Amino acid sequence: MKSSRISRRQALAAGTAGVVGAALPASAAQNPDTTRVQGPPGREIGARSPFEKPARTAFSPARTATFTPLQDLDGIITPSDLHFERHHGGVPAVDPQQYSLLIHGMVERPTIFTLAELKRFPGKSMIRFIECSGNGGRAYRLTTATAELTPQQTDGLTSTSEWTGVPLATLLREVGASPKARWLLAEGMDAAVMTRSVPIEMANDDALIAYGQNGEALRPEQGYPVRLMLPGVEGNASVKWLRRIEVADQPFMTREETSKYTDPLPDGTARMFSLVMDAKSLITEPSFPDKLEGHGWCEVRGLAWSGRGRITRVEVSTDGGNTWQNATLDEPVLPKCHTRFRLPWQWSGGEAVLMSRATDETGYVQPTTAELMKVRGPNTQYHFNNIRAWQVGADGVVRLVGGAA
Amino acid sequence: MTRATRCTLALALATTTALAAGTLARAQTPARYGLGRPATPDEIRARDIDVMPDGRGLPQGRGTVAEGAAVYAAKCASCHGANGEGASAERLVGRNDGDSFAFATNPKLVRTVGSYWPYASTLFDYTQRAMPFQRPGTLTPNETYGLVAYLLFQNGIVKEDAVMDQATLPKVVMPAHGKFVVDDRKGGRTVK
Repeated sequence: MKSSRISRRQALAAGTAGVVGAALPASAAQNPDTTRVQGPPGREIGARSPFEKPARTAFSPARTATFTPLQDLDGIITPSDLHFERHHGGVPAVDPQQYSLLIHGMVERPTIFTLAELKRFPGKSMIRFIECSGNGGRAYRLTTATAELTPQQTDGLTSTSEWTGVPLATLLREVGASPKARWLLAEGMDAAVMTRSVPIEMANDDALIAYGQNGEALRPEQGYPVRLMLPGVEGNASVKWLRRIEVADQPFMTREETSKYTDPLPDGTARMFSLVMDAKSLITEPSFPDKLEGHGWCEVRGLAWSGRGRITRVEVSTDGGNTWQNATLDEPVLPKCHTRFRLPWQWSGGEAVLMSRATDETGYVQPTTAELMKVRGPNTQYHFNNIRAWQVGADGVVRLVGGAA
Repeated sequence: MTRATRCTLALALATTTALAAGTLARAQTPARYGLGRPATPDEIRARDIDVMPDGRGLPQGRGTVAEGAAVYAAKCASCHGANGEGASAERLVGRNDGDSFAFATNPKLVRTVGSYWPYASTLFDYTQRAMPFQRPGTLTPNETYGLVAYLLFQNGIVKEDAVMDQATLPKVVMPAHGKFVVDDRKGGRTVK
């Protein structure tokens, strides 16, 4: 998966990923000629090559979040076992036989749905990203000139899956939601009994009551057996382990939409219900801890996404933002979804600064750190979609650039 | 009836209807699918624990500052500090000079119930649903009312003789009330 001209420095990679893989099979170590020995037979559950050890990493002792190893992945789909996780009360173990979803409030028919009943409704699949609204804070607050931080460490709280479920609009019709309804409350069955208020327009747009992820049941960390999936919206609002939806005329003003997940502004107010994730991009390769081995061609690769629709353009600069070139966007380019961009680049051996800048279909252009800091202030807590920059040293070592790139 | 049988029957009916009408068979979208079962009032009550800013959802009960202080010392202080100053869990008590709301630009401001939370209802709702952290959902309504009274008193928002109940709690006006604005970002060329 890695370009042959880019090496991942072994010591650091091991430190980041942890020692999770099994030792190499004895046959591989002792007999490298695979044409001279029969391989093992098939097995029920596949596993990665023992040579590949991507892993989520928690960066706090409480482990309330683990980050996706973006620098180890290609394409746009995040393998389900590497999808980032963030929770406020641990991961509950929910028995699907005991599970039910209650929808009540301003509805004609308060109703309880079992998992089997939810699956009988006409379903829908969509490939969409989920990003934690706090993703990128480490890069935004960086005060040193450069830092040895990976894409995983700065921005690993974003992932993309194919989600399958029943449109929330279908369920709201089924229970007869009042035309006077303006908001609904989504509530989880974790120890935080996590709650967020969601505008009814968003619920009736493309919201999904999801039970599938990448072709199988949701992973427990992603809300098994049922979660709310709000495409393009900050991750915490897509409430996991969903047990209840209450339809109402007003927002509920839960802790997670007042005390948390609000954005103080330099004018002395604070923005609330700032749900949509603005356009963002990130070069995932080369990035720390890569080291370019020798001059010549390699490929600059990364991800771009917007909560407001499709990515229409990603520009890449290799000279610190003085000049920009359009990167190629891999198909499919889907709305509210990770989009893979690529640009072949010839490294001449000198110092270079690599940057990417995304534009979405509304015409929004990913801002510089200085532009974002001007409108949000240095002490803001969420929605860090500012441009990232990577410095390639003359020795080939790649580091994250700090400050106002 | 099993799931497979019902689906087969539905398909057969749809096919028959389509053939009779002489049109291409197409998925029908009825107003309702008739799935799920009515939720009983007891089932709704068992899960409907939220409290709204106007007081909807508050249970019967009451609590005083003194009662709340005792509950706080027993069940909250070990994580939030003896006086709500914060420890392993976040700080709950404190105001800023002039109730400054310059949180975006001044990292020295304290973010607490008293300085940042816009609604007292949120304090009741969250405490009752998710606290204490190691035994969430175990507080009685009276204990939660007492804790709300105590924390509001500690933050200088209510007097020491305050009693919190269904009538008084929704009337509390928090210092941060009115500081919040609705998201005005809409995409397009402007960065907000």
